[in-house]
Parts: sequence; C-alpha cells; structure tokens
Amino acid sequence: MRVEGKGIVNRSAPLAFRFDGQEYQGFEGDTLASALLANDVRLVGRSFKYHRPRGILTAGSEEPNALVELGRGAGKLPNVRATVQELFEGLEATSQNRWPSLRRDLLSVNDLAAPFLSAGFYYKTFMWPRSFWERLYEPFIRRAAGLGALSGLDNDEVYEKAYAHCDLLVIGSGPAGLMAALTAARSGADVILAEEDRQFGGRLLSEEEQIGWQPARSWAASVIAELSGMANVRLMARTTITGVYDQGTYGALERVALHRPSGGWAPRECFWRIVAKQAVLAGGAIERPIAFAGNDRPGIMTASALRSYLHRWGVAPGRAVSVFCNNDNAHRSARDLAAAGVEIAAVIDTRADAQVAGDFPTYTGARVVATRGRLGLRQIEIRHAGGRRRIDSDCLAVSGGWNPSVHLTCHTGARPVWTPQIAAFVPAPDAVPGLIPAGAACGVFSTAGCLAEGRRAAREALKALGMRARQISLPEAEDRPYAIAPFWHVPGKGRAFVDFQNDVSVKDVQLAARENYRSVEHMKRYTTQGMATDQGKTSSTGALAVLAEATGRAIAETGTTTFRPPFSPVSIAAMGAGGQGAGFAPQRFTTSHDPSLERDAPMIEAGLWYRPSYFPIKGESHWRQSADREVSMVRNSVGVTDVSTLGKIDIQGKDAEEFLDFVYINTFSTLKEGRVRYGLMLREDGHVMDDGTTARLGPDHYLMTTTTAAAGLVMRHLEFVHQCLVPHLDLQMISVTEQWAQFAIAGPKSRALLNDILDTPLGAEDWPFMACGAVRVGGREARLFRISFSGEHAYELAVPSRYGESLFRLLTQKAEALGGGPYGMEALNVLRIEKGFLTHAEIHGRVTAFDIGMGRMIAPGKDCVGKTMAARPGLNGPEREQLVGLRPVGAVKQLSAGAHLFAAGAPAVRVNSEGYTTSAGFSPTLGSVLALGFLRNGRARHGETVRVVDHLRDTETMVEVCDPVFFDPEGGRVRD
Amino acid sequence: MRYSAWQVFRQGLTGNRGWAPVWRDPDPSPEYDIIIIGGGGHGLATAYYLARKYGMKNIAVLEKGYIGGGNVGRNTTIVRANYFLNGNSEFYSHSLKLWEGLEQELNFNVMHSQRGLINLFHSDGQRDAFARRGNAMINQGDDAVLLDREGVRRYLPYLDFEQGRFPVYGGLLHPRGGTARHDAVAWGYARGADARGVDLIQNCEVTGIDIRGGAVVGVQTSRGPIAARKVGIVVAGRSGQVAAMAGMRLPVESHVLQAFVTEGLKPVIDHVVSFGMGHFYISQSDKGGLVFGGDLDFYASYAQRGNLPMKEHVMEAAMTLMPMIGKAKVLRSWGGIMDMTPDGSPIIDKTGIEGLFIDCGWCYGGFKAVPASGDCFAHLIATGQPHEVAQAFRLDRFRSGRGLLDEEGTGAQHNLH
Amino acid sequence: MRIPCPICGPRDRREFYYAGDAVALARPVPGAGEAAWDSYLHLRDNPAGVTRDLWYHEMGCSAWLVVERDTVSHKVLGAALAAEAER
Repeated sequence: MRVEGKGIVNRSAPLAFRFDGQEYQGFEGDTLASALLANDVRLVGRSFKYHRPRGILTAGSEEPNALVELGRGAGKLPNVRATVQELFEGLEATSQNRWPSLRRDLLSVNDLAAPFLSAGFYYKTFMWPRSFWERLYEPFIRRAAGLGALSGLDNDEVYEKAYAHCDLLVIGSGPAGLMAALTAARSGADVILAEEDRQFGGRLLSEEEQIGWQPARSWAASVIAELSGMANVRLMARTTITGVYDQGTYGALERVALHRPSGGWAPRECFWRIVAKQAVLAGGAIERPIAFAGNDRPGIMTASALRSYLHRWGVAPGRAVSVFCNNDNAHRSARDLAAAGVEIAAVIDTRADAQVAGDFPTYTGARVVATRGRLGLRQIEIRHAGGRRRIDSDCLAVSGGWNPSVHLTCHTGARPVWTPQIAAFVPAPDAVPGLIPAGAACGVFSTAGCLAEGRRAAREALKALGMRARQISLPEAEDRPYAIAPFWHVPGKGRAFVDFQNDVSVKDVQLAARENYRSVEHMKRYTTQGMATDQGKTSSTGALAVLAEATGRAIAETGTTTFRPPFSPVSIAAMGAGGQGAGFAPQRFTTSHDPSLERDAPMIEAGLWYRPSYFPIKGESHWRQSADREVSMVRNSVGVTDVSTLGKIDIQGKDAEEFLDFVYINTFSTLKEGRVRYGLMLREDGHVMDDGTTARLGPDHYLMTTTTAAAGLVMRHLEFVHQCLVPHLDLQMISVTEQWAQFAIAGPKSRALLNDILDTPLGAEDWPFMACGAVRVGGREARLFRISFSGEHAYELAVPSRYGESLFRLLTQKAEALGGGPYGMEALNVLRIEKGFLTHAEIHGRVTAFDIGMGRMIAPGKDCVGKTMAARPGLNGPEREQLVGLRPVGAVKQLSAGAHLFAAGAPAVRVNSEGYTTSAGFSPTLGSVLALGFLRNGRARHGETVRVVDHLRDTETMVEVCDPVFFDPEGGRVRD
Repeated sequence: MRYSAWQVFRQGLTGNRGWAPVWRDPDPSPEYDIIIIGGGGHGLATAYYLARKYGMKNIAVLEKGYIGGGNVGRNTTIVRANYFLNGNSEFYSHSLKLWEGLEQELNFNVMHSQRGLINLFHSDGQRDAFARRGNAMINQGDDAVLLDREGVRRYLPYLDFEQGRFPVYGGLLHPRGGTARHDAVAWGYARGADARGVDLIQNCEVTGIDIRGGAVVGVQTSRGPIAARKVGIVVAGRSGQVAAMAGMRLPVESHVLQAFVTEGLKPVIDHVVSFGMGHFYISQSDKGGLVFGGDLDFYASYAQRGNLPMKEHVMEAAMTLMPMIGKAKVLRSWGGIMDMTPDGSPIIDKTGIEGLFIDCGWCYGGFKAVPASGDCFAHLIATGQPHEVAQAFRLDRFRSGRGLLDEEGTGAQHNLH
Repeated sequence: MRIPCPICGPRDRREFYYAGDAVALARPVPGAGEAAWDSYLHLRDNPAGVTRDLWYHEMGCSAWLVVERDTVSHKVLGAALAAEAER
C-alpha cells in the first residue's frame, strides 16, 4: 500500500500497467516491483526447482525471485527483474515458470517431492534403461527447467554499441561515487559517472538522513546539478558497468529505452566499451538475508529493500511488519516504518546484547524459526529467551549484514579478502590496476565514511593521472558505527533457503559437505548455488558460511568462488549489436556488381566478396546450361570475367627482387621487366600457402597477385617476412586490391576484342604469353597482363577502380559482338579443372609443393620460406597423397568433391581410404565429368582404375587415374 | 554406495543423511607405482582405466587445486566424433563409443545427450570439405548426413535463412553428436577411481619431477616428496610448466578460450549447432541456459578469462545466425586455458625419460576426448605401447613431418589454429 | 586489452593480429639442422609470466611489434618495432 507523504514518485502522473492480465495503477518513478507492492501484489514468481511461490526480496539488480516476462511478440523479454524495470504506461508483465497459473502451478508438486530431489539427485538416477535419457528423462527435465521463454521470433528492435574514453570512470553514484566524481571533476579530469539506476544518488535515495544540514537527496541533486553543468563530465544513468577487462577497458550496458514501450527510434540498449585511465568503484554493498525455515515466502524481503520501498516509492510492503536481523543497521527499517505510521509487529535480533530503541515489541537473542502463509507471509514463529511465540505479520524484513559489491574487482582474477570486523569480503588490495574501490564497496558503511572515501579515491586517481586535486571539504553526515555479530542460519527441521532462485537450502549445502564435495567450487557446482541469474549476489556468503561450518573450517580458509563478468546479465542483442543480418562481416563488392545484377547473375560469397555464379541468357532454365555455354564461349570465342577480387600487392624497392626470391619457392630475380611469372609460396612449415603471379612493372617495381581467399593472409605474411625476418632489405609494399579493377579476357578472340578497345592496337609480335605492361583505354592509363587461368589465349586488363564498371560494360558488349560474353564462377571453375589449375580446394593447407607436382620448382640455389621444413621426410615420398586427375570409366558417370578413393575391390572403410576428390565438374569441352583429387602415390598410378565412393550422396564411380591436366596438355592454345 | 532411483528414494525418506562421501580425502603415501599429475577429466579417467581396465594398483592422482577444476569444468560440453584425418578419426570414434556406455560404466549420470550436432556450411567449397569429412566419418563406422538448405530448415527453423551475412547452404548432421554434463564426468571418473583404490589427493601441487639415471623416480610436491615408478603428466593449461620440471620443452602454446551461458530459458534449441564461418557453436543445457562459445582470444595467456573483442564477435555471430536469441541475456562468461599444438591435435606419448609419460595438447577439443584419452593414456602407461587408436599422437611428428594432424588446414606451426 | 603501438600510441587489441612468441624473429640458417628448426618452429618456453611476443598492427600502421607482456596478469610492459628488435 502507498504511504501518504512518502516517496519521490510523481503522484500527479499515474501509469496503468498489467500483471498477468490484471490491470493496476502506479506512478511515474515506480519500478514494476514498487508498483506491484503498492497494489498489495506479493506473489510474483515461482522458483526454479520446487516451483515455490516467491515475491520480491530486494529493491535492486540483485533480485533473485521477482523475474517476469515483459511485453509480447518479438519484443518479449524473459527474466526481467521487476525491481529494476521502470514502470511505463501500458507495461505488460507476465509471471513465468508456472503452469497453468501463478497461483495454481502444477509443478509445485515438486515441492512435495523435495526429499527426493535434494542437491545432485539427478546424478544418481535416470540411468536405466540407457535409451530413456534422450527419449524420456531429458525432455521432461528440460521442460520443467528453465525460467522465462524466448518468443522464438527474430529480434526486430534496434540495439547499439559505442566507445567512450575518459580520465576517470566513477562506478556508482551514492555518497562515495558523487564525492569522487565531484572531486575529480572540479580538478579538471574528464569524468564519466555511471549509475545503474535511472536516478543518481544510490543509497541516499532510499534513506531519510541529512548531509550538510540538508536532506541527503537534496545534497545529491545539487552535486548532480553541478556535475551536469561541467563540460568535462558525462553522466550516464541506467548504465551498469558489466565487466572489467585489461588496461582499463570496461564493458557497460546502457538501458536506453527499456523504460519505454517497444518501437521508436531509440535503441533498446547500448553496449559501451569505456576506456578509462583510472576508475573508482563506488558500487555500494548488497544486503544479505539469513537462512531460516520458510524464509522464502512472498512478503519476506531484505531490511534495506523495505526502507527503499518506503522512502523512495512511498510503499509499505505490509501492514504488520517485523524485522529479523543481526546488526544495528536493520533497526532503521523498524524505526522508519513506525515513524511513517506502519505497525511494527516485532524486531527480532539474534544478538542477546542488542540495543533496540523504539516503540515496538523487541526480542533479543531471538530467532525466526518458522513462517506461515501459502502464497504470502501471514505469521512468523520465533524462539527467544521466553520460549516460542507466534506473531501475526505479513511482511518480514531480514538483514544478515552487508556484502560489499566486490564483484568487479574479481573480474581479472583477484580474490576478495575476508574481514571479520564486518563479517564480509572486501576487495583485495590492488585487485585491478587502476580500479580504486571506495565506500561501502570496500566495507565502509556510514554516509560520512563514504563521503570521505569518495574524496580519498578521487585524490588517488588524480595522483595517478598526474593531476592536482582541488581542495574540497566534506559535508557533515551520518556516522554511526556498523555493529554486527555474524549469524547465517537458524538450525532446524524445515527448509531454510540460501539461494532462492535455484532453491538451494542449508541442507543441500550440508549434503554436499557430507558427500565430500567440500571445495567451495564443488559445493557450488553440485548444489547449483550461485549459478542462478543473480550469480549468488544475495546467497554466496551465506552458503559459504554454512559450508565452512559443515566442514569445520573458517570462512577465510574455505575460500570463494569466482565472480565473473557480466556483473548483471547482458542481452546478446546488445553485446552483439550490429551483427544481425548482413552486419556480421563487411561486404565487398566489385565494380561489375551492378552490371552483373542487371544480367540476373546470382551473386555468391567468395570470402567477403560477392562474385557472379553465371550469367543466364534467354531460354536457359538451369545453371548448368549457362555454365556449359560460358565454358564453350571461352574455348571458342571470348569470355570476360571480373578478377578484381584477387589480392594485388604493389612491391617496390631496390631489394624487392631479393625479397621475392625469399618468399616464393621459385626464382624471381631473373624475371625481366614487362614479364609475368607464376609463383608458389610456402608457409614456414613447408606446406603451400598460396599461389599467384607476379609481374615486373619496372626495374624496382613488382605487382603480386594472390588468390581471393588468401589476399589478407599473404599481405600479413609478406609484412612479417620483411619486418621480422629480413628487415635489412630495402622495399615497401602496399595492397592495391581495391585500387584496380581487373578483368580477364579469355578465348581465341580475346586479342580481337582488345584491339577493338585499346587506344593503340597490339602489334602482331607484341605481347607474347606472360608479357605485361602499360596500355591506354579511352585515353586512360591501364595495365595489361597476358596471363591465363583458362588455358586459352587470354589477358587481364586492369584500370583504376573508378573506371571498372564502364570497362566491364564495354568489354561484355564487345565480347557479345564477337559471339562471346561474360562468364561466372561456375564456368571459371570448369575451365580451370579442365586445365588442372589449382584453387584452395586443392591447396587446402595440408599439401606440399611435392604433393601438387611442383616440388621441382623449389629453386636449389637459394633459401626461401618453408624450404627447410618442406624437406622433412614426412613431407615427401610415395606415402604422400598426390594430385591426380580422375575421369569416369564405368557405367556411373557421377563425380562429386569430398568423395573418398579406394583401390578397386577394396571395401569403403577408413583403413582402405587412399585419397579423396577436391573438385569436380562437367566439362562440355571433353563431354565428361572430371575431377581433381589426391591419391596416395598418385603420380605413379596414372592409368589405374580406382573406386570413388561418396556415402553421403550415395554414389560410387569407377575412375581412371590420369594427369591433372585434362585439356590441351601441351599448352599450345595459351601461346597461340 | 551404488546409485539408483531406489537409493534416492530410500535416502530421501531418511532425510538424505545416509549418503556416503563420493571419494576419500587420503593423505599421500610415500610411494606409488603410478602417479598421475593432474586431477582434471583426462587425469581422472586415466587413473580410472588404469585401475579398472589395466589392473594397475597403488595409483595416486595429484591435483594442485580441486578435482575437475580445469577445462573439464569450464567448457561448452560438446561430445562428437566428426574428425576426418586418419589418426583422429579412429580415436574420437573410440571415445564416442565409451561415452555411450559411460553412465552404466560409472554408475553416475553424466547426462550424455545424443541430441545431434549440425555443422553449417555456406558455400560450395565448404560443402565439399564437409562432404569429405562426413564420408570419412562413415568410413570410420560413425554416422553423418549431408543436409541441404531445406534439410537444415527442418531441424533448425529458427535460423535466419533470409538475411544472414553468410546464407546457409546446408549442414552436416552428426546424429550421435551431443552434449554431456561436464562436472559430472570428472566426478563420475573420480568416484570410480576412488572406489578402485586410487588415492585422489587434492590441494597437492607438484613442484618438481625427480629423475635419476634417465628414469623418473618420483615427484616433489607441496605436501612433500612422493616416490613413483611411473609418472603421467596430464595438466592441460599448465603442460609447459610441468614438462619443464623434467627439462622438456613442448610444442605447446597456452591460449584462452571463452565460453558463455545465458539465464535459464524454456527449451528453444534442441541440437548442437556449429557455425564455422562465425566461429560460433551453441546448445542448450538441461537447466535451460544457452551454452555457447567462439574462437580463441588469440594471445598466449594463463588467465582464465578473456577480453571484449572475442565476446562481442561471438554475440555478433549469434545475431547473424539466430537473431531469435537476441533477448536472451548472458549470465556468465569464463575462459579456459588451452594447450595449443602446432597442428591443432593432441599428444599422448612417452617422453625421452624412462617411466615419464605425457598427455597434452588437446587444443580446444579436450572434453569429448576424456574417455578415450584416459583409456589410451592408461594403456600407454600400463603396457608401454600406444593404444591402437592413439598411435598418431606422437610428440616427434612435428620434427619429422610424419603424420601431421592438421584438421583445419591452417598450418602445422603455432598460432594458425 | 590495449597495446601501445610505438607509432600509433595505445590502441585496442582488436586492431592487432597476434603471432606468438618472438622467437620467430630468430630464424635459423637453412643448414642449422633438425633440432634447431624444430626448436624454432615448434617448441616453446610458453612462460606463465613475462613473455615477448609478436603483434601486427593490421588495422593500423602495418607495423610488426615485439610486445613484452605478462601472460598471467595480462599486464603490458612495453612494445617496440620488430624490425628494430634484437634477434
């Protein structure tokens, strides 16, 4: 219920919302949790394992219980914390993990079976019969498990990523964070202040106290007002620092528009990469509950959450409230509620010597031993010096003390340190370089202490930044000592939960210890404590204490599990923003892309590039018709294809030739100006890296081409070889792949075509095979190479990219006039198979020059990369699988790539496999299917008949092993 | 104590007070016949098979931390036998067969779930490479099915077939592929080994290896010296340091590989899906979390954590492939330390030192190998001869170039996998 | 993770390609023998601690760098141009 005169929600702005179909009203400034409590809705969810009724435990992102589904359709969000979700007009929330309804959930029978479902029970059963696991047990377990459900629809909302840089990142805006930000900002540092909440102020928003003789909230507002007016400060509300990474890199999630309905231009969330020279962690502390029988009923919450709901949202979560605690801090909850006119049924303090001041029943040295109320708390039972007593109470506030939010300090591997004075872990000294914890995050809990801590941390950071800290005085504030006596669980019969969401009880932890899962990591993994969506924020210390007790060790000795990023969960859509659809990787388009599309060519991926598969013409209904025609066209007239995707590396310098000799297996220093040579490159491990041609354009000027796939790899390799292995060589290189558009013009009529477009036709004796040089087309500079990947008389013509499209249009038009036209990847592939030319289907990383029949190309008189290792015994000899051609000889004429080779008559099993096919295609030139492949000792087996078996495509073909060059083995056509 | 539904029922009736410890916590003896250094999945499985299958006695496993705390407890739990090179094929095939009887063998439910694994491909070239792989799997006697685009759509209707950056051409389905509950594998083997008398000694760090006359005679530990006739090193992630205690340098670099899990969700992904173009693979745990991973962070590291670039890359891959999981929230991420060998394949071999054996170099594929690695390493230690399915995993293959096992074809030198 | 490129200043890890131990700078002569080559190409000290490794500023200035770095803490101690590094 609302309490008049309390809270900072805007009561003049009512908001209508729905929960499980029922309409309610809240106010601007409410969270879903505060609005539900204001409407006396206590039952919000069901637990993971036993489907127990659960309510709202906290008022922050550590909430383990109150998870709901938000929205509908593709915008539906599962597992939303009601305590974080801001209310907006028309918000629709639904409870989850229950069927058919929240109040009547069939799977709550699990709760009755709880004795048989103790920690790890599933490791001990569901094993018989074997086949039942996939068919019966697992499907049932999967359906029962899980929390919320995804919509199953593709994300259709906008998410974003961004970078930010600063001198100082301040994490959290409570008293410590505000003071740190103010100190640093006034001293001139570039500051980012990140706050998880919608509003700055942290715990100050949830308490009624004074700072510098004004209400603490007003003080916070005045600091924020000052900071927001400073150019060197960036305030980031609704922003959670999710992870700490190396060299001052922080991940952060900004919930840009989750407080608004779906739709609109703003991204739902933005994932930030913040690079900060220094950071202050002022993330506060999280209150932990105490474990006692029935401690999970709706209506039981942390003591600080109770104050938050009262002071911030003007809500009293109950009409007769009790407090159960082991520290003085929690007494504030009773006092504040009493002052607001709410009945306090009892204050139960575990400490016999506790001093509780207030006009309400007080029990010291007492414990809560049981609770009642099926779907919400009705009554508690306590045990104290005077015996047992039942107290009617519909809300119980619990405090077992405070855990500093050390999580971020653990992300790079540091372990927090146990501090007995506050019975809690604090950050290890220098846990993260450049990250300075301050205030409650390092165990200082008073407001005055936090203010001083914030200033201290900022001064340390400024010093590290080499900046002078401006004088700043500390306002006066609350400075009560924090008095606590550790108390973890009330022993007894019933189930006392430590991890609410995963239903891990004290007994489960004790069982783990009994079964000798004594390591804290074993306990965690065996019981699943700390593995729920809150990563154990409210449960880990308690569970650790129970384990320590059960194993007879001290808490410090028992150790901790590791807090890992993210601090609180991050949607895949946010961290993967930009990846959806085509955004995952760059798209590279050739200059002939549009004209190819105009010709209805299907464009297929070739690495990051798109290349035409074939160019269909009227009357062709199958890709094979087009491809066959294009192959014949190249063999009989002329074809044009875009080869710009091949890597082009411009190499210049007086030692360029020596360099090329070192990276290629063959010799390039003998290459004359105006000539091109084929070259093969090895990795240092002796296997083939790539092949291509290199042209000598001038005395110290070379142009290397690489395959499309290996362009980046070769560039990196060349830079490595130059800078790391032969830095004394004088040369420079740069990739010019995108600067030049290059087209192959292939076929008997290629010269006729060229002569039609070149400014000066080629002389009859000029431009022999493997010649290159400068030409002009339409008055523009161009480069011409007489090289061939088809085995035909062919050229490659390169122009600056801006002329690529018009040149392609011109070439294809002229080719068509000669009975030719453009050809695509399918035809290109068949043409090269006919000639036994290689692509990365053959040079797939495991082959050597020896394997592909180029072993003798390794020049004897010089060293080159890979030469020594290529000579290893295992990389040579008859045991190697060697490149061969394969053509069908039996009744079956089908060949596919990826089939395995077997001796005729040998069963198709692994030990008999002697090789495999790498490329296959129908050759219209030879009227047969052809394949390339690798066969053990293949070069010595030409003429032999072997079996090609493709189990997957269900084909088996007898083939003759032959030379990989099927067509024009003498190579006359290329020279004619 | 034998586990069964009856036992769960019986103990439940009596408040679960009767469950026995899964393993003892013995103090180390001064001397063992065989010491296994490393209480991870592979080490525990080795100890188990030494005792169970090869009849060895007087065995200890020395673990510097807690049992199962290495990569067996921090992986994406995928179990498969889809290799294609001789040497790998038969080994992983053997491993999968051991997986298939593991619950009954260990009397411990490791939740091996053969839900099917689908490797997607995105070009004709990739299809052919996967065809070669699938054919090799069938040659080996395992199962594989080549799916076209429509075939993949029947299994995985939620993929983005229309807008994704790399359109799905098809997939290679490995029906017997799947997942298992990682911790349970370590615990199951540990319990089995302990029951057969193996001393599992936790919090016992090996600080030196004692060698006399070219033969191993024992180890130095944080709990004192322990003598041994044979010593097996199985310490993925720390192989280099432990081998250095015996004066060896290994062909291994240590790298960090990250993995991720989301909050629990109702069932939405029923198979293991692998998206090679994006270095992304995913399955859903029985508990409901989406478990997924990507590629190495790509820098030598011993820190069990990674950095943002690879995290973001993995999430971006998820968004291009299956944008319906965008609203799932990542709950936790972690990193494991991988022994990366030059060719991406492991080593199970003798060393130059008599009685000293090594099992390492599992790269990022060690989890599925646990049963066969344990069996084969146990065989080697017990008999001095390599197991017939692990003959290829030789330490000297890089030097000689014989039998390199470069499945990816990216090279047989470091930092290419 | 950020790498201090001597040419470009501190830059995000995603601009760099990593290539392992800087032992790769010390390429043996062709006839150095099997052991030397095995050691060069395969065997690694693989230290848990300070190491020198090679990074290529692929999305930046194209410089190959020798970076001194701690493999346990990920602390970066310095970077120099590989072309000028000691071998």
